[in-house]
Amino acid sequence: MKVAVIQFPGSNCDQDTLWALRLVGLKAEPVWHTERSLEGFQAAILPGGFSYGDYLRAGALAKFSPVMEAVRRLASGGYPVVGICNGFQVLTEAGLLPGALLANTNLHFTCKDVYLRVERTDLPHTTGYRPHQVLKMPIAHGEGRYYADAETLERLEQNRQVVFRYAPAPEEAEEGYNPNGSLHDIAGIVNEQGNVLGLMPHPERAVEGVLGSEDGLPFFVSLKQALEGIA
Amino acid sequence: MEGTLPPLLQETGVPLHEYREIVRLLGREPNRLELYLFKVMWSEHCSYKNSRPLLRLLPKDGPAVLQGPGENAGVVDIGEGWAVAFKIESHNHPSAVEPVQGAATGVGGIIRDIMAMGARPIALLNSLRFGKLEGPEGNRTRFLVRGVVEGIAHYGNAIGVPTVGGEVYFHPDYQDNPLVNAMCVGLLRADELRRSRASLGRPVYYVGSKTGRDGIGGAAFASEELSEESESKRPSVQVGDPFMGKLTLEVTLEAIRQDLVEGVQDMGAAGLTSSLSEMAHKSGLGLELNLDLVPKREAGMNPLELMLSESQERMVLVPRAGREQDLEALAARYGLDAVPVAHTIAEPVFRVVAGGQTVAEVPTHALAEAPTYVREGRENPAIAAARAHDLSPLPLPQNLEETLLRLLASPNLCSRAPIFERYDHQVGTNTVLVPGKGDAAILRVKGTRRGIAVKVDANPRYSKLAPRLGAMHALAEAARNVSVVGARPLAYTDGLNCGNPETPEGYFELSETILGLAEASKALGLPVVSGNVSLYNEGPSYRIPPTPMVGVVGLLENLERRAEMGFRKAGELVVLVGSPEGHLSASEYLWVVHGQEAGSPPPLELAQEARAQAAIRELIEQVWVQTAHDVAEGGLAVALAEMCLPYGLGATLEVRSPARPDALLFGEAPSRILFTVEPARLQQAVRALEQRGLPHQILGQVGGDRLTLLLPKTRLEWRVAALRKAWATPLREVLP
Repeated sequence: MKVAVIQFPGSNCDQDTLWALRLVGLKAEPVWHTERSLEGFQAAILPGGFSYGDYLRAGALAKFSPVMEAVRRLASGGYPVVGICNGFQVLTEAGLLPGALLANTNLHFTCKDVYLRVERTDLPHTTGYRPHQVLKMPIAHGEGRYYADAETLERLEQNRQVVFRYAPAPEEAEEGYNPNGSLHDIAGIVNEQGNVLGLMPHPERAVEGVLGSEDGLPFFVSLKQALEGIA
Repeated sequence: MEGTLPPLLQETGVPLHEYREIVRLLGREPNRLELYLFKVMWSEHCSYKNSRPLLRLLPKDGPAVLQGPGENAGVVDIGEGWAVAFKIESHNHPSAVEPVQGAATGVGGIIRDIMAMGARPIALLNSLRFGKLEGPEGNRTRFLVRGVVEGIAHYGNAIGVPTVGGEVYFHPDYQDNPLVNAMCVGLLRADELRRSRASLGRPVYYVGSKTGRDGIGGAAFASEELSEESESKRPSVQVGDPFMGKLTLEVTLEAIRQDLVEGVQDMGAAGLTSSLSEMAHKSGLGLELNLDLVPKREAGMNPLELMLSESQERMVLVPRAGREQDLEALAARYGLDAVPVAHTIAEPVFRVVAGGQTVAEVPTHALAEAPTYVREGRENPAIAAARAHDLSPLPLPQNLEETLLRLLASPNLCSRAPIFERYDHQVGTNTVLVPGKGDAAILRVKGTRRGIAVKVDANPRYSKLAPRLGAMHALAEAARNVSVVGARPLAYTDGLNCGNPETPEGYFELSETILGLAEASKALGLPVVSGNVSLYNEGPSYRIPPTPMVGVVGLLENLERRAEMGFRKAGELVVLVGSPEGHLSASEYLWVVHGQEAGSPPPLELAQEARAQAAIRELIEQVWVQTAHDVAEGGLAVALAEMCLPYGLGATLEVRSPARPDALLFGEAPSRILFTVEPARLQQAVRALEQRGLPHQILGQVGGDRLTLLLPKTRLEWRVAALRKAWATPLREVLP
């Protein structure tokens, strides 16, 4: 079992994601965007960054990369596919996840720790969490405001496709915790099948105490256990 | 005389005496292109012609130094085969004219300097100076702050190098001339260190973005005073593309990792001219450049435009023999141009060929070795008078509790979160101490227990009133900040921003600044390994205070043994190293509360400074101390408030001294450090201070949600939430 970390030109969290995957004992390899096959990989992560500079619209060009067809095939085969930050934007642009990520309501890039509530613990990415556990994790994005039409939002809620929601810090004020204006406080969603997941916060930046939080570690540990199940 | 200058001299602005020197060096009159090559290469930015004789006074050697000044960046050894490359560089004039692109390309440029050494950039810092936020001038200041912060964020975030620290200072003397200095730190294997070298007969490759008509003559622009006409120099400002920067970065580092290249050089200020002629000169060779081969963004660019363009995201790589194809293939994978535009030759000349014709040919040493100047300096008498000003009749504020809130809400002391939240400070997953948590940023070195600490600092008020002493304070404080997180300072980089060196006052301030740095360097045992001068920060009606932005890099051999600034454990005791009484002269309090900028900066005992820094490092190394903070601008009360803010934990403290209460609370003095220690460890900690002969006081205990200060005749108390409210909001108004 091996995880592909897709490198688009301009990806910049690829090495951090590889580090986190290897930290939990997963085999992980970078895969350049021109590759057409993901043979030998049982999962793929689209990392954060600024693919193609994000000059047009975040993630808008990466969806045309040759590797995206292989990612699509992996996803339709039921294997775990994850998009983190820019990777989430790419997944929505590519139609693998519904909705879109718009400019933050503050209209600028924001990098800080936020808190998330885990809404699903039955997914290959989240079995390591307790139900409704509140996690501390950093965000670093300018376009992270999750948006979808009312009908789609309704469907996401009914199908329990919202996996992570921005939440107040433990023992803190009830207001002002949503950092970007996301509808329904959405920080991360999954597709109906439950294998393609996108999230704006960076679990790979929260895998060691020395970095300020270990709350991202169960994300990768869950993935490892799920992949061991596949193998 | 001016009226009789040849038209070419009027056009280029090359002074007559330098023109005569050029004619002497060439043995003939230069043609127009050649004269322009001299103009940019002999600009202060490229040649250091006014500063070089002074910079020789700075110590440059130390046990950790692998590469001192003179290359793209300095490099120090941090053990286990690892080394750190770092440098600071200014982008002041471009940022004054076009803040977003000016700041962005400043960041891009310093990143290229670091990767040219074979290092992967792992951290950015920046040092910013702006004018007033208040009054009618405030609008322009806001425009500049927003633009500069946007530019830094735009480039650093996208290229994926975290911005981990910095400092920003507001002072009316920067109203017309903001300062934007960017520092980059890179990590490399010591055996992968690369230099700007080429051997004979090698093809010299141009890698990266195509050359366009942007930034033409930028280096020369940076070496002139700003004026009304500066607005019309907008085309002199380069345009940054962090996406191309990222690709160029990966190609360069991969080429070094695969050992495809023998030499690397950034194509920065003065573009093709500077990068190629300097590389040839450093290699003791000549070089022939064929302009027809240069990748161009637009047709019809003439040789002059090509030679002076400062288009960004370009590198010079010299492949090892037989690895040319590998280099070209690597660049092609990233979609970059990689073209052998030049080759080295034995004859020590820089020859430029276009359309089969030689369009310029000059000796490489002539371009590289500009005449240097030693001038007469003279202090501005108004500054000497301000320094001697008598402050004894200063009234005491009515309400000292309110005064602290006012200081915390002042532009130079309030929270920087509205700025640093716009920067990705964590990409790379090495940032251990993020902005706002400690006196210096800490980055770990993956795969080791080691970490490095970095800090950039300068106090323009001190430097304005006493340039030499101010420079000493800048180095002492930056080193103190690095020590206070537990790191041993190894070396520093200096960004010297001053006025026009051709005026006696400007030259005085430059020379005094360097003399101060030299003195502090020697006393603290810190060599300079890289730096930048930005002179001519002056206009008809103003001159900036001398501003030596000092960036110190230190080493933590064991990352676990480090300190941050916030109170974290109730019950710990708070100890002050140094005297509780500070100086009101030249203080932030004097400026904010009394509207005065006068008196001398506090005296600095460098031997005691070194002892205080060694002591706090030892306490952290022994794991007795995990919380420590330097007492800087705003004095003891501001420093204590800053320790309450990160975790919302207060303290009850008593300050015993007969001094005026405002001198106790807000007076400033160097070599002062606050730390906390568990009661069981107090005796050992105090003994370590006594052994070094350091004065100290045990002030009280951490705990509660209030900061309570007992002075001999007063009791002062603040809720931590009230301190936070005053401190957190002011810059949000500028950067919502």
